[in-house]
Amino acid sequence: MKSAPSNPETLRDPLAPGKGGRLLVLALLVFLSVVFAAPFFWLVTSALKKPDQLMAYPIQWIPHPFVWSNFSEGWRFRPFPLYLRNTLEVAVLSTIGSIFSSSLVAYGLTRIEWPGRRILFIALISTMMLPFQVVMVPLFKLFVMLGWIDTFKPLIVPSFFLSAFYVYLLRGFFLGIPKDLSEAARIDGANEFGIYWRIIMPLARPALATVGLFAFIGAWNDFVGPLIYLINEDHYTLSLGLSMFQGQYGTYWHYLMAVSTLVTLPIVVLFFFTQKTFIQGIAMTGLKG
Amino acid sequence: MSSSPPSAAGRRKWSLSRREAIDGYIFIAPWIIGFLVFTLGPMLFSLYVSLCDWDMLNPPRFVGLDNYRQMFGHDFRFVKSLGVTMKYTAMSLPIGVITSLSIAVLLNQRVKGLTFFRAIFYLPAILPGVAVAMLWKWIFNPDSGIINLILAKFGIHGPQWLTSPEWAIPAFVIMSLWGAGAGMIIYLAGLQSVPTQLYEAAELDGAAAWGKFVNVTLPMISPTIFFNVVMGIIASFQVFVSAFVITGGAGSPAYSTLFYVLYLYQKAFQYFSMGYACAMAWILFLVILALTLVVFGTSKRWVYYEGERARG
Repeated sequence: MKSAPSNPETLRDPLAPGKGGRLLVLALLVFLSVVFAAPFFWLVTSALKKPDQLMAYPIQWIPHPFVWSNFSEGWRFRPFPLYLRNTLEVAVLSTIGSIFSSSLVAYGLTRIEWPGRRILFIALISTMMLPFQVVMVPLFKLFVMLGWIDTFKPLIVPSFFLSAFYVYLLRGFFLGIPKDLSEAARIDGANEFGIYWRIIMPLARPALATVGLFAFIGAWNDFVGPLIYLINEDHYTLSLGLSMFQGQYGTYWHYLMAVSTLVTLPIVVLFFFTQKTFIQGIAMTGLKG
Repeated sequence: MSSSPPSAAGRRKWSLSRREAIDGYIFIAPWIIGFLVFTLGPMLFSLYVSLCDWDMLNPPRFVGLDNYRQMFGHDFRFVKSLGVTMKYTAMSLPIGVITSLSIAVLLNQRVKGLTFFRAIFYLPAILPGVAVAMLWKWIFNPDSGIINLILAKFGIHGPQWLTSPEWAIPAFVIMSLWGAGAGMIIYLAGLQSVPTQLYEAAELDGAAAWGKFVNVTLPMISPTIFFNVVMGIIASFQVFVSAFVITGGAGSPAYSTLFYVLYLYQKAFQYFSMGYACAMAWILFLVILALTLVVFGTSKRWVYYEGERARG
């Protein structure tokens, strides 16, 4: 496209299919997106039905009437407002922790030259291969000894130290910032922390936003951590509360789907507002392998 | 360097690099501390405990390799869980790669509405696992779930899905396909970085769409496929949330959904066989490592790296 070749055949975009092909591609995409959207449709319509409508045969595609009260009733069935508060507390604090630790470590690995940083980076990447189950039991024991079981600490504190995946994500971005910026600041007498805080962090805002987004959603969706570390029902997060709800009221599908919709909705909304940040972040992680 | 006394400049340089090393360690200190306290320490302890009988209340009792012997010699549920997980991986991994790659190729065809389609395909991959599992349990409901209702429209009597030993794993595979967007996004990024000139050259050589896909697209994105296959193996051997939520932690019916990590969890937090659970975790790690190395080993044959660039 950049040059102007004489042959008109090569003028068109080689990735754009011909007219017939274009229609076929579009038809396939529409079909597949209907298939992918069907579970969403089933989730929301089930959440709006009365129990007898759920079991009706033939299937009632559109609920009649819309039973909006399923949402408020399901939400009150268990202390979900409390679970929401717990989830937010864990998600916000662990997100702050992830941004804090991953940015410091990525800075140390990319913006300062010191021997051994390559080996440490490889060690850091290797830890991502380690299944959590290997350290699950000893970590549980450690948190028992620290008196952290049934508190949010096991879900928050480690993020202030370990965030290998986010370091990996930030590293590429930090390496892309010209070295001259740091050199100039060093000549002006700035120390490393000053450079990190006043120069690199403001420049890295888009990458930090990606880290924050991933960390928040990761914490919001986390199930295994809360399942293992939280005991008292008042400390449950939404995911854990939802799974317990289904354990006890497994046949109340209208309530289950209503609460599932409510737990899912914030992620859907967040995604639609941050799609660009998201997609770029994913692309960063997948391609730098 | 040399043994002669360092010049003033040399000394300054030396102290600068020392200064930088100290700064470097200060910045990565969080990770070092975290690694020692939350990873390396626990790993060593886990390795030791895997050689012990331990209920977490009494002190660990050293039993040598008994846990490992028990696993492979006398524990049919362990063997079953390994089989379930491998069967699931063997089914979900190829289907998943084909699905996510196909969607990515379709999205890369410069059709209108890319952002919209991409969102629809990607969104399911980032939703809370518990809610997703619950939704699919309802979708697969034999009497009132949407799948069997649609099958009934075509006169097909649908299977019992999650409550049938034969159909439970296929149901999990179908459910995993809803998350194909995660891989799709990475393929799409890979596809978009294939230089257009290559396609132009292929067109000049008279290549049709399929020829371009096989001779240009596939070799150029083989590193991305490689990355996704490795990540897919790691993920599918660690399936837990969906199995836990759908079967209430039981792995029912008839252990047909007793995924490896689900059984490991049961051993640790239901039977309090902590040593056994740690031994299982190490076997899991070894299996993942071995499979990854196999993929690495074969990768020379099917992964194309452009010069040495990909190594940087």
